[in-house]
Amino acid sequence: MPAIPRDTKGLPAIVAREVSKTFRVPQERKHTLKERVLHPRSRTRHQVFHALNDISFAVAEGEFFGIAGRNGSGKSTLLKCIAGIYGVEGEIWRRGRVSTFIELGVGFNADLAARDNVILNGIMLGLSPREARKRYDSVIEFAELKEFEDLKLKNYSSGMYVRLAFSVAIQVDADLLLIDEILAVGDASFQQKCFDVFNRMRDSGKTIVFVTHDMGALNRFCHRALLLERGSQVYIGDPQEVGDRYLELNFGRDPEAAGTAEGRGDGEARVLEAWVEDDQGQRQPAVPQGRRMTLRARVSFMVEVEDPQASVYVHNEEHKAVLVASTVLEHEHSGRFRSGEQAVFSFSFDNVLAPGRYNPVFNLAHRGSGLDVIDRFEGAFSFVVTAQQALGGIVDVPVEVVVERGESVPGGDLPPSLELPV
Amino acid sequence: MSAGTVPYESLGRPIRGPRALNDDPARFWHLTFNIAVNQWKLRFFGSALGYLWQLVRPLLLFTVLYVFFTKIANVNGAHPGDHSYDNYGAQLLGSIVLFTFFSEATMGSVRCVLDNEALVRKIQFPRMVIPLSIVLLSMFNLALNLVVVFVFALLAGVRPMLTWLELPLIVAVLAVLVAGLSMLLSSLFIYFRDIQPIWEVINQILFYSSPVIIAVPAVVKAFGPKTALSPRALDVPWLAHVYMSNPLAVILQQFRHAMINHATPSPAAVLGSDVMLLIPIGIVIGVFVFGFYVFNRTAPYVAENL
Repeated sequence: MPAIPRDTKGLPAIVAREVSKTFRVPQERKHTLKERVLHPRSRTRHQVFHALNDISFAVAEGEFFGIAGRNGSGKSTLLKCIAGIYGVEGEIWRRGRVSTFIELGVGFNADLAARDNVILNGIMLGLSPREARKRYDSVIEFAELKEFEDLKLKNYSSGMYVRLAFSVAIQVDADLLLIDEILAVGDASFQQKCFDVFNRMRDSGKTIVFVTHDMGALNRFCHRALLLERGSQVYIGDPQEVGDRYLELNFGRDPEAAGTAEGRGDGEARVLEAWVEDDQGQRQPAVPQGRRMTLRARVSFMVEVEDPQASVYVHNEEHKAVLVASTVLEHEHSGRFRSGEQAVFSFSFDNVLAPGRYNPVFNLAHRGSGLDVIDRFEGAFSFVVTAQQALGGIVDVPVEVVVERGESVPGGDLPPSLELPV
Repeated sequence: MSAGTVPYESLGRPIRGPRALNDDPARFWHLTFNIAVNQWKLRFFGSALGYLWQLVRPLLLFTVLYVFFTKIANVNGAHPGDHSYDNYGAQLLGSIVLFTFFSEATMGSVRCVLDNEALVRKIQFPRMVIPLSIVLLSMFNLALNLVVVFVFALLAGVRPMLTWLELPLIVAVLAVLVAGLSMLLSSLFIYFRDIQPIWEVINQILFYSSPVIIAVPAVVKAFGPKTALSPRALDVPWLAHVYMSNPLAVILQQFRHAMINHATPSPAAVLGSDVMLLIPIGIVIGVFVFGFYVFNRTAPYVAENL
């Protein structure tokens, strides 16, 4: 985690003190004067919706501050409150010139050419007309739209449109930037450009508040982050921790997380339950990549069974078994289990699975081919592997990556036609 | 740094929510001006005839009314010796242009906050920019149309007068009235969607109850005492005062008096004294203050209530 740059003499850039926001949503809206006149005494009933409850935090000058939360947790509302778009209960202090990127290209007019839009948008975001005109060239250059500058925006592709809007927004050099989810747009190369810009802004000491549910971005940029859930502040601090808690919130109350479904088989034993434990031995619906994890199943024997074999098949979302483990190899003679006895079968391994959801299947069979099934525990529970980033492989094992350049590259005796550019 | 250790007293004033105005008049003006200019470009640069299109409507209305009232109803020929009907055409055109400004700006303002919903919900800027930019846009049109009026008047034989200097004042009073109404209407529309048809009807009423077609002397005569010449007069002279208390009537009539024809009575003359002018002026100020107040009150909640 990058250290928080603190301006020792300065005050915080943003302070929020016990900020709450409630919306009064009318149940049936009266929208006409006629209704008011005809039914002057009928009152509209309102539903009060608490979007934010008692949020308090401070953002230091030069800090990159993240706000995370699930959909509907109030993170965008909080950003709008900081931006001054909504009035609030409680108090918010803010210092310096603010630029808000709630949505890119708000106020763009499709019938006007890029030039008019860039200047008008610049003024909207707080520039003077002279500044806006002066920066026009660099905006167009950054957006790589020089050859399209006289085109009306309605003829732009959505990618061009977004590029232009983003370029305008970053040219407004505010001290405080409020950014809402804008990395969700644009192609990979443009996203990279956005990331570069954010890094540059962070390095130049601007205060940035960044709303996202991309935990990877949160980790890469933010010094600290705030986690919201149903309008309340859950945690504030280390983005890594926020990321973990966010994933917990997302998958935590999943009814599939612990299952007790009955399977098929001859019924000489029953798999009562199956679950996942993390490296602390705690039952978890979600486990982080890179740590040790354990799959366990509790079995109750109805009749005496000799040397049963237990297997687990871990299927990924594409229904491919990415991991299979069995007692066959190490415990072929697992022993004799009496009627009424209970046993727990455990499978521990270092979690190298790619992030995602997995469905384990437990199979208990008589000794032999494994086809003589006693009980099968299937589709009743799943677990999630969490990771800060995913590169796309099925497994993520530690890989040493080395780049060597020059003549003495290993494999340099390849024929020239096969030589790869380094 | 946790919020608990922050000395709140040292932070100064907390920010306030969205407001109608901001602390930076220059920015307010730049925004209003640039939005109006861009809208203006949109309206005229795309079409082949450009500016002429927006002139077509008042000119067509003028042509129809002029032909009907001077050639068929013969309003100006029916009063031999009464010079207040001289240059009736220029009077009519001037009134139509001013009234077009009034109705275009107020009708355009009714929906303006809703039409700019995206801006209101996503950008912090002084909300009053929205209705005022519509008024400004209409003022650009008014300025161009007034050029046409004066060219027409000069061609019709009106000689330049010193009272032409009153023009900025007349336009300013009208603009204040229009701005007040546009703030009022745009904020009321958020809560009452039937303001739009209601205002269309009121607009029609105002068109006929202001000296656009009808000349003020005819009104005075109609309300005045019964004489041999006007046997159908109502004989309630104070109704003429009521008629002239309408600020729109005062503005249009003052324009006709000061710009086109001194023979048509000034509003002060109809009302009997300059002091009586305080009534329509008071209404203009009242409408503006009330509109401002209502807009200012609703501005913080606009984003939530749309």
